[in-house]
Amino acid sequence: MASGRGSRRTTESEATVQYVQLDGLVVLNIIKHCEEVGSELSQGVLLGLLIGNCLEITNCFPFPRNALDDPDFDEMQYQMEMMRHLRYVNIDHLHVGWYQSTFFGGFVSKALMDSQFQYQHSLDESVVLIYDPLKTTQGYLSVKAYRLTPQTMAIYETMDFSPENIKQTKMAFSKIFDEVPVVIKNSHLVNALCLEIEEIGPPTEKYSFLDLATSSVLEKNIKLLMDTVDELSQDSNKFHNHYRQVAKQNQAKQQYVQKRHQENAARTAKGEVALPEEDINKLFKPLLPPSRLDNLLLSGQIKSYCEQINQYSSQGLGKLFFAEGLQDKKQVGTI
Amino acid sequence: MATNVAVHVHPVVLFAIVDSFERRNEDARRVIGTLLGTVDKGVIEITNSFTVPHNESEDEVAVDMEFAKNMHDLHKKVNPTEAIVGWYATGNEITEHSVLIHEYYARECASSIHLTVDTTLKGAKMGVNAFSSSVMGVPGKTMGTMFTPLPLVINYWEPERTGVNAVTKGKFNPKRTVNMVSDLQRVSDASARIQEMLDHLILYVDEVLTGKTQPDPSMGRYLAELIGTVPQIPQDEFEEMLNANMKDLLMVVYLSNLTATQLALSEKISLL
Repeated sequence: MASGRGSRRTTESEATVQYVQLDGLVVLNIIKHCEEVGSELSQGVLLGLLIGNCLEITNCFPFPRNALDDPDFDEMQYQMEMMRHLRYVNIDHLHVGWYQSTFFGGFVSKALMDSQFQYQHSLDESVVLIYDPLKTTQGYLSVKAYRLTPQTMAIYETMDFSPENIKQTKMAFSKIFDEVPVVIKNSHLVNALCLEIEEIGPPTEKYSFLDLATSSVLEKNIKLLMDTVDELSQDSNKFHNHYRQVAKQNQAKQQYVQKRHQENAARTAKGEVALPEEDINKLFKPLLPPSRLDNLLLSGQIKSYCEQINQYSSQGLGKLFFAEGLQDKKQVGTI
Repeated sequence: MATNVAVHVHPVVLFAIVDSFERRNEDARRVIGTLLGTVDKGVIEITNSFTVPHNESEDEVAVDMEFAKNMHDLHKKVNPTEAIVGWYATGNEITEHSVLIHEYYARECASSIHLTVDTTLKGAKMGVNAFSSSVMGVPGKTMGTMFTPLPLVINYWEPERTGVNAVTKGKFNPKRTVNMVSDLQRVSDASARIQEMLDHLILYVDEVLTGKTQPDPSMGRYLAELIGTVPQIPQDEFEEMLNANMKDLLMVVYLSNLTATQLALSEKISLL
């Protein structure tokens, strides 16, 4: 098994993970952890294995919240201990990814990219599961799996986000993440448990997501979108300013060179020693082009928000047509 | 010894128990583990669990207590409010070994619960039962422990309800898989279900009208209530509200698509 996994690692990363298969247990564990943590960001580790082109995630455990504040706490040690104990009871102890909670789809950040890059660097098939607790409370189970594309991995290795490099590698915000389809699968015994749960205490279907009051969620979504667009425009402004400065500097350089030539011509005409050609670069410091990383991240975030809004609006429209149908029936009834 | 406690268990615990049973060692016939949760006013809520390795043979039982303690510490780091409330075992019998194990757990918490999940599927059911132990017998002479069953209820958090609904959708699927669907799909699924329910009701009403079924006044009251919940709004007012809402949503969709197009355009330009 170990040698088999080693040989798979050398194949193209695009072909390795076609879809992610979750155990029902993993979904419930993630829901429980995020429910307990409440409105803060929660993270945890995914355990499982890779079989063919499918990444099976069979278990998970959460990261303590205060890990980020408490300096004494050793993340690695906690992880190692947890995995050792789980291995003892035959639970898969291979790290195949991590999960994070999000609100309204706002998860594209440098921290996330850093973590995912590290994971994918050590294990090519890692995924990050993004779980939205608010949407799930409303009634739509929202679990998505993402991986960094090979382009993103290449750029991250060099950490060079200058405009030239981005142009060279043809990097675009739409190519930051690859979404991997998620499937939930249960074993036979767990299936029997599902049927048993139905009998003991079924989760009564709460149709609260059929509520027509869509405005509050939509407002929040749009507000986040506006904020991100503002940030993006600020970042673009910085970029434009930089280019304007570079242009001005070039102009000033040219003027200086011209003046020098004129002076030298005048001096040689008079028979004096020509002034040395000074190093232009020392006089005019070269301006560093700003990193395009923020631009990429913000654009990716906007794209995610737009997708959210589209999804939400489409189901809102569906519900409105639904309500219309109900009203029509009623009209027919009163006749 | 409390006999008036109710036990609430969350489905995540049951899923974890079944999963650890599937991963048991070759020679083990059952698995045991610790239950974590909270106790509040006579209600014991079980929210988490972990397996504890143990060895059982004819005469003796050995439980890795250090493992249990370590795991409990690790779990406490994540959620300090969870305490040990009992232990679980798979299988449908309570053996003498269970009594010994229960004694150990009784030392850990005040009134420990013993949960059994019948993974052997005896009687074509996966019975889930909760017990508490009490001492019985003649004081001073032969004493024994009796396990009294407790009422068991499955409790759901809101998102857990959605989760279980989604996860159990695959129960009649031969591959036992569930695909993630879009929001709109879920709305259409829900409307299909409501339509089904309405069909049932219409069938019942028809049968009552034709005299096939006896009319039931309480059913009639429910039906009247149901019809009453559909709001009575004059046609044009409703049309106006509907159109206003629709226009809002369409505008939002238009704006978000505009933003997306603008980004795509800027991407193309920057790569020129």
